[in-house]
Amino acid sequence: MAKTKLSDDFMPKPLVSRFQRILIYIVLVIGAFFSLFPFYYMFVQASQPSSEVLRFPPHLWFGSSAWTNIKGLFANGFGRSLFNSAFIAVVYASLSVFIASLAGYAFAKFRFRGRSVLFGMFLLVLMIPYHVTAVPLFQLMSKITFLGNPTWISSYQAVILPALANPFGIFLMRQSMQALPDDLLDAARMDGAGEWRVFTSVALPTMRPTLAALAIYSFMFQWNSFFWPLIVMRDKAMETLPVRINALVGLSIIDYGQLMMGTALTTLPIMMIFIAFQRQFISGALAGAVKG
Amino acid sequence: MGSQMLTPAERRHQWRRRLTPYMFLVPALLVFGIFMLYPIVSSLQLSFESQLNPNSGFSFDNYRRLLGDKVFRKALTNTVFLLLFQVPLQLGLAMVLAVILNNAVLKFRTVFRLIYFLPAITALFAVALIFRLLLNDEKGLVNYVLNGLGIQSVPWLSNAWPAKFSLITAITWRWTGYNMVIYLASLQSIPDELYEAAELDGAGAWAKFWSITVPMMRPTILLTTVLSTIGTLQIFDEPYLLTRSGPSNETLSMATLLYRTAFQSAEINYASAIAYVMVLIIAAFSLLQFRLAQRGED
Repeated sequence: MAKTKLSDDFMPKPLVSRFQRILIYIVLVIGAFFSLFPFYYMFVQASQPSSEVLRFPPHLWFGSSAWTNIKGLFANGFGRSLFNSAFIAVVYASLSVFIASLAGYAFAKFRFRGRSVLFGMFLLVLMIPYHVTAVPLFQLMSKITFLGNPTWISSYQAVILPALANPFGIFLMRQSMQALPDDLLDAARMDGAGEWRVFTSVALPTMRPTLAALAIYSFMFQWNSFFWPLIVMRDKAMETLPVRINALVGLSIIDYGQLMMGTALTTLPIMMIFIAFQRQFISGALAGAVKG
Repeated sequence: MGSQMLTPAERRHQWRRRLTPYMFLVPALLVFGIFMLYPIVSSLQLSFESQLNPNSGFSFDNYRRLLGDKVFRKALTNTVFLLLFQVPLQLGLAMVLAVILNNAVLKFRTVFRLIYFLPAITALFAVALIFRLLLNDEKGLVNYVLNGLGIQSVPWLSNAWPAKFSLITAITWRWTGYNMVIYLASLQSIPDELYEAAELDGAGAWAKFWSITVPMMRPTILLTTVLSTIGTLQIFDEPYLLTRSGPSNETLSMATLLYRTAFQSAEINYASAIAYVMVLIIAAFSLLQFRLAQRGED
């Protein structure tokens, strides 16, 4: 980013002519239109009465049924799904970031027997489609009985646990922990801090930006996730938002107004988090790709 | 340093130092072992047990059945078809947008970057539902616009080719901005001096793009290609919700077939074989791309 600023100042003459620049803006604006229009259309349809969503010609401006659709959704168990999704995503994000930072710290700051084998194992799993685990995981969840539940099918832990040791997160944390100077850690050890203290009060605080990026990424991953919750959340009271909305699509009479309102309400929180934490979001996306 | 020189306290200390990294790894390894490694191994085992006769021991039945299964072949060709069109389209578009946005004289670059990235944060199921409305056969907005231009309605979701095209459109919309942001970051790490030197040699924009930008970005291009390929080979949400795998399995993907086999027909052994063939295909494609990229470098 800093580099770009520099070239701004040093630019003696524009590299592109005025005509070219106008052309570029036109292309960019058309691109932005295609990028944004589906969102606009989603909100427009979410505010229409059900009978008006699939009207021909289609509505292009907001209707007056937004509130009716919201009430209808909540009468259909949407509130419970909203809570389920939020609870699962928050717990998942906190725990997975914690586990990843522990593991990343071990891989980055200690030399020990089996280090490269273990790390390689985590990376290898990134190549394996998670669908492979679905059948045995489902069997496993129906067999486990402790923690009070008759089985773990339709339980929060059934969705939270399987992806908790996130290889991408471990990789990311290792990358950033490597930049941590060993002297800093040794100085704390000299002062008599135990290993746990060194980790929590020296290593972790310096990792805040990475932790934030990973937490946001993990929250979004879990909030948007569909395949596994669809399989394992069989009880209506335990459904997450995507699963609940999928159930609305399966009804014999689809209430399109409610359907689009549900979709909009699921998308909105992520959009707001994105706009507030844009930098962390983008560095999360980049960390996976560029630094690798 | 001989360990006999150490006092007992020091030795204990050394022991603790040696044990520390394993303690830090315990939570990750525990979760990983139970919920990843075990299912991966168990799935392989299931795939080698006969579907009809699960306790009869080691058997190739499922894989043999897979070879002759027309539905699986259809799912495979559908998925590869998606891959061949959608990956180059999405990455090409992302590259064009990134190169344009990388132009330092432009205003509002961060705003455009934000707008283009927005689809990439949207849940796949939401993307599928929005496009289902936009592309509705009789009452969708896209057909309405086409009609306005004097073009007949296209059965976007109920006809084989248009349905495939709809799927590609939705996926491209979702992922182009994501790849663009990655390319943009990579473009900014190319030293300006390279371009300045090329300009002195009289190279035009096109020549600079092919002789500097593309070679410098080779690792990033390879990585995005591999990631998009893996992603497309596993695609589930979009065909499941946008086209419901239809019409007549024309947009069935390998993952939707896996889901159907395992959780609707309850053929878990056969489904596990499908899963492992997916693993093999994904590994083969990734390997192929790495090989091609290496050969390109020589």
